[in-house]
Amino acid sequence: MPHIFAALVNLNHPGHYVHWGFIQMSVANLLVIGLMLLVFVLALVLPFPHGRAAARERAARPEASAVDERPEAGTAP
Amino acid sequence: MTSTPPTTTRTEAVLATERPTWTGRFRSRAERSFPPEKLLPDRQPAYVSSWIYVFGALTLGAFGVVLLSGAVLAVEGPAWWHVSRVGLYVNSLHLWSTELFFFFMVIHLWGKFFMAAWRGRRRATWITGVLAFLMSIATAFTGYLSQQNFSSEWISTSAKDGINATGAGAFWNVLDFGQMLLWHVLLLPLVVGAVIAFHVLLVRRRGVVPPFAAASTVVSEPYETALLPSAAPAGPAHDDFGPEVPHNEEAP
Repeated sequence: MPHIFAALVNLNHPGHYVHWGFIQMSVANLLVIGLMLLVFVLALVLPFPHGRAAARERAARPEASAVDERPEAGTAP
Repeated sequence: MTSTPPTTTRTEAVLATERPTWTGRFRSRAERSFPPEKLLPDRQPAYVSSWIYVFGALTLGAFGVVLLSGAVLAVEGPAWWHVSRVGLYVNSLHLWSTELFFFFMVIHLWGKFFMAAWRGRRRATWITGVLAFLMSIATAFTGYLSQQNFSSEWISTSAKDGINATGAGAFWNVLDFGQMLLWHVLLLPLVVGAVIAFHVLLVRRRGVVPPFAAASTVVSEPYETALLPSAAPAGPAHDDFGPEVPHNEEAP
């Protein structure tokens, strides 16, 4: 039963490191940086839910879009 | 003798008495800077419909979990978080929420950097974000020093030489567990929390920076056309980085 909850990767050993000259970085940190880059790219290219639909709706109702698109409304950070 | 009738209304009299006080001036300025519709808005600019605008809020969410789990750890103490199952769980929750906090914050930083988010009189927003990032690193560092295990011992003995080389070691001793714990659980969280709160207030005041594409190119998506230069207000609201949004005309 305990093996079901075990980590997918065996972490019970000293960390692995990569070296470029004087630069040394753990493989774990390198993986996290790679994951951050991947998420960053995905955030740029993946469509936002309802974003296109809302755009089509605003295009169909130009009088409403004049209000909805005002950028002076504060936004979530 | 006859008394002179009052020439001012009661409201005017109240205003006249409030203006000279710092509380009255503070309240007036706060009301001007943060009207309710700007402080708690119910509308979003159309360009916010993108995943890249989500990471600031995700960072705030992770920060909330960091604070809550850290508060529980502070109540129970190291004899609990190293031994009991629940303590180990909360300890891990604190660690991984911190990891996610930095994960989201760095992506937020990348997004804002490539958008040149200091445009449109948002310099203070950018600078407070940088300060929050740097202070968060210091807070996380003191957290690693406060674990009370071999890891914290290794980190502190490795770091002391670097800190001492800067001269800060004279009053900031990374080998002093009590000092590092107090910095971690009180002083630095207060600073980080205050800087983040100010950062969010500035975002509310100035609004979210529009993307370059919406401000500088002709696009087919109708929701972006409101941000074209022709839609921007006339006047000196343009700088080298593109047009400003109309609500940035106020002085800070």
